[in-house]
Amino acid sequence: MWRAGVSLAFPVDPDSHRIKELTLKGLAAPYNRAHHCFAVFTACATFCLIIAGALVTSNDAGLSIPDWPTSFGSFRIPPLHGGIRFEWSHRAIAGSIIVLTISIAVWTWLADRRRWMRWLGLAALGTVVAQAVLGGLTVLLLQPPWVSSAHAAVGQTFFCIAVVIAVFTGRRSMETVPQIEMDTHRPSLITLSLLSILVLYVQLILGAMFRHRGMSWWPHALNAPVVAIVLTWTAIRALSLYSKIEAVRRSAILLLALLITQLCLGFLAFMTRVAWGRDAVQPELPMVISTVAHVAVGALLLATAVILAIQVWRHVPVSFEERVPGRERRPVTA
Amino acid sequence: MNNKTWIAILSLLALALGLLVGCGKKEGAESQSAATPAATQPAAAPATPIDPATVASVTGTVKLDGAAPKAAKIDMSQDPACKGANTAETIIADGGNLANVFVYVKEGLGDRTFDVPKDAVTIDQQGCKYHPHVLGVMTGQNIQIKNDDPTTHNIHPTPAANREWNESQPPQAAPIEKSFAREEVMLPVKCNQHPWMKMYINVVKSPFYAVTGPDGKYEIKGLPPGDYTLAFVQEKLGEQTQKVTLAAKDSKTVDAAFKLQ
Ligand code: HEM
Repeated sequence: MWRAGVSLAFPVDPDSHRIKELTLKGLAAPYNRAHHCFAVFTACATFCLIIAGALVTSNDAGLSIPDWPTSFGSFRIPPLHGGIRFEWSHRAIAGSIIVLTISIAVWTWLADRRRWMRWLGLAALGTVVAQAVLGGLTVLLLQPPWVSSAHAAVGQTFFCIAVVIAVFTGRRSMETVPQIEMDTHRPSLITLSLLSILVLYVQLILGAMFRHRGMSWWPHALNAPVVAIVLTWTAIRALSLYSKIEAVRRSAILLLALLITQLCLGFLAFMTRVAWGRDAVQPELPMVISTVAHVAVGALLLATAVILAIQVWRHVPVSFEERVPGRERRPVTA
Repeated sequence: MNNKTWIAILSLLALALGLLVGCGKKEGAESQSAATPAATQPAAAPATPIDPATVASVTGTVKLDGAAPKAAKIDMSQDPACKGANTAETIIADGGNLANVFVYVKEGLGDRTFDVPKDAVTIDQQGCKYHPHVLGVMTGQNIQIKNDDPTTHNIHPTPAANREWNESQPPQAAPIEKSFAREEVMLPVKCNQHPWMKMYINVVKSPFYAVTGPDGKYEIKGLPPGDYTLAFVQEKLGEQTQKVTLAAKDSKTVDAAFKLQ
């Protein structure tokens, strides 16, 4: 354990403001089952929305309804055939998500005592509005690659926020006291976790730019090994040094599992879309399934990286030399 | 919530609304001008006269070297209203004769100008396919798009040099009239309802163009004598050019052959 840094049991070192703050964060908010269930439902519905959105792009149905926010000039359900099935169901689910997001933002503001959580609720609302605007612009401006890619990236950002709200309104994260271990390694685990999020975002944007015909496929393929290395480094560091912290361990394992799945799906998407599908007369089923799965797992991977970073921030604070000088390093027990 | 929070939320919503209204307006205005392009274009220069007594013609056959690939099957099951021939038209070569090749005079006409025909050319959507699959039209000439299917289509050209647009057309709707202002060869048109529906419009400045029929044959008539470069363009196999010199009243044959890549 000593290798990993300074292991601390609670309550400890009365001088450490950080730890005091963390203790308070862990205990201040009472668990609210209904609020949590609603947040989980919103996150799951958002995942369905990402799949619905991926189906639109994979079926090249993005412009099957030429107007927005109306569909063929009205808000009634149009005849659901051809591309309209995908485009309209995406719009319908998105509409419901906006309602869910308004509810979760208001509910969080009223029910949750944690300030960051209240602001996260509002951030979710802001993101979903931006997302709707980008969706509208995609239709009205005939899918410029940058707008469509921004729609893909903001959509996944919204999904991450929904997942964070769902995870951090859960009983486990509200009632258990963070188990703190100081991180003395460089780069620190939090740096690695944040770097993981960064490379995943770059990967998401490169993938989206290819998907929306704004760029070739190779920048995305070239960045894939970078993503693989950074994520593996992060997960292995987390697992080898902090596997005793359940929240960190679980996120790291999930990150690794999703990364491997995503690399396989990426390869599959490449084969079906680029290698075999170049001359396809229409989007074929293997192409649609592999690309939709690749987008969906990409979203899960990004959300897992965000959760891991938050768990690391809560459980594995960085120790600075001045805070824990080398010669005084000693396990502290209560 | 305190005042600051409210201000933050309201300004975000106002921004979103502003963006939407702005974009909606711009698009509306642009699509109007696209709907009646002929009316908004500057008056064309008077056509350069051609002496009908000297005009020449060029004919020929376009062949495909080697066996034609088997046409890919189209799966139309996503719309029960779509029935009919369900093979792709990417390469159609019957007995080695290559159809749907756009042939036009690419060089040699100099600064000549030509009258734009008053008659519109027609694109028909029937059996969830475009008829014809390859179309030639002059810049500024009207194209009339009809929907003869019992289902909604959307017509979405994705040009490189012209303005892109996307309009839907329900069954029995009035024909849509459009035109393209700039020259562009093999301008793709697709339908986002039925992703197998594809066709190509070729927009050129002169009336000297043709599309090969199922027998691979084409004919371009009424050319003034001169040295010309003829271009043969196929949607997948690309472009080839050939030079031809036409004297007064000449009738020459220029054949071409494409190889599978
Ligand atoms: C390293 C992990 C990877 C991540 C996180 C990732 C993520 C993504 C995402 C999010 C998209 C879709 C963007 C959108 O929503 O529009 C995408 C598209 C794509 N990715 Fe990846 N990717 C990864 C690895 C790979 C690999 C190794 C390949 C193989 C060359 C690959 C091939 C593709 C292809 C072909 C597409 C476009 C799919 C389509 O045309 O619909 N990806 N990727």
